[in-house]
Amino acid sequence: MIITIEYYLILSAFMFLVGVTGVLINRNAIVVFMSIELMLNSANLTLVTFSSFLGNSIGQLFVFFVMTVAAAEAAVGLAIIIAIFRNKLTVNIDEINILKW
Amino acid sequence: MNLEVFLFFVFGIIAAVTAVLMITRRNPVISALFLILNFAALAGLYITLNAQFIAVTQIIVYAGAIMILFLFVLMLLRPDNQKKLFELNPKTKIFAMIIAFVVFVQLVYMIFFAGPSANITQDVSKSVEAGTIESIGRELFTNYIVPFEAAGFLLLAATIGALVLAKKKFD
Repeated sequence: MIITIEYYLILSAFMFLVGVTGVLINRNAIVVFMSIELMLNSANLTLVTFSSFLGNSIGQLFVFFVMTVAAAEAAVGLAIIIAIFRNKLTVNIDEINILKW
Repeated sequence: MNLEVFLFFVFGIIAAVTAVLMITRRNPVISALFLILNFAALAGLYITLNAQFIAVTQIIVYAGAIMILFLFVLMLLRPDNQKKLFELNPKTKIFAMIIAFVVFVQLVYMIFFAGPSANITQDVSKSVEAGTIESIGRELFTNYIVPFEAAGFLLLAATIGALVLAKKKFD
């Protein structure tokens, strides 16, 4: 038995869709953020898989940039959640609807 | 059964199970700890893919820095109406699962239909060479120097933005 590229791709697809389900079924804004991190990581797994199987380091370079953007996104997003919590005392995304008409 | 197959299944099963546990736990702290375990399993998968630099960065940046940030924010925020966080319309849950299942079936069909393993066979020596810090750093500081500087600027902007958003307003 040999591990082909499909095994990694299917694991990555599974993790991505678990992340999608997590975004759809959770009401806690922080858990929604964590599901988004899970989706970013599954995309990283795909990039590293192709990079490794093709013997080309550009894919791993892009993983590096994705990690940078994820760090920036987590810092700004959590700051926004803290600011919303200070005003509305909740992290329930159903109750944060001040921009909805 | 060689070592690569064994390691893939061990780390892959840990990653898949912890992902599912992460989205189904009610306590967000438990979710965050399962997500850290998931990131650690992914780092193991990166090692089996010969991507040593990315594996180390995954542990340091994701499991270290980003998840500490999440746990710190979870420590700061304690919503008093936690009951309402779990009052979910059961239709929403079923709808989410149907969506995820349909897209997963589509992706699996596409992966096997395209059959990338017929065209791509792993050349281990090239793969090891691609994962070293040397080759990634060479690309980063020659062909990709502009995105690299832009990433540094993005981190600076994010730091200032997070400070401005989260600081107390004085008026």
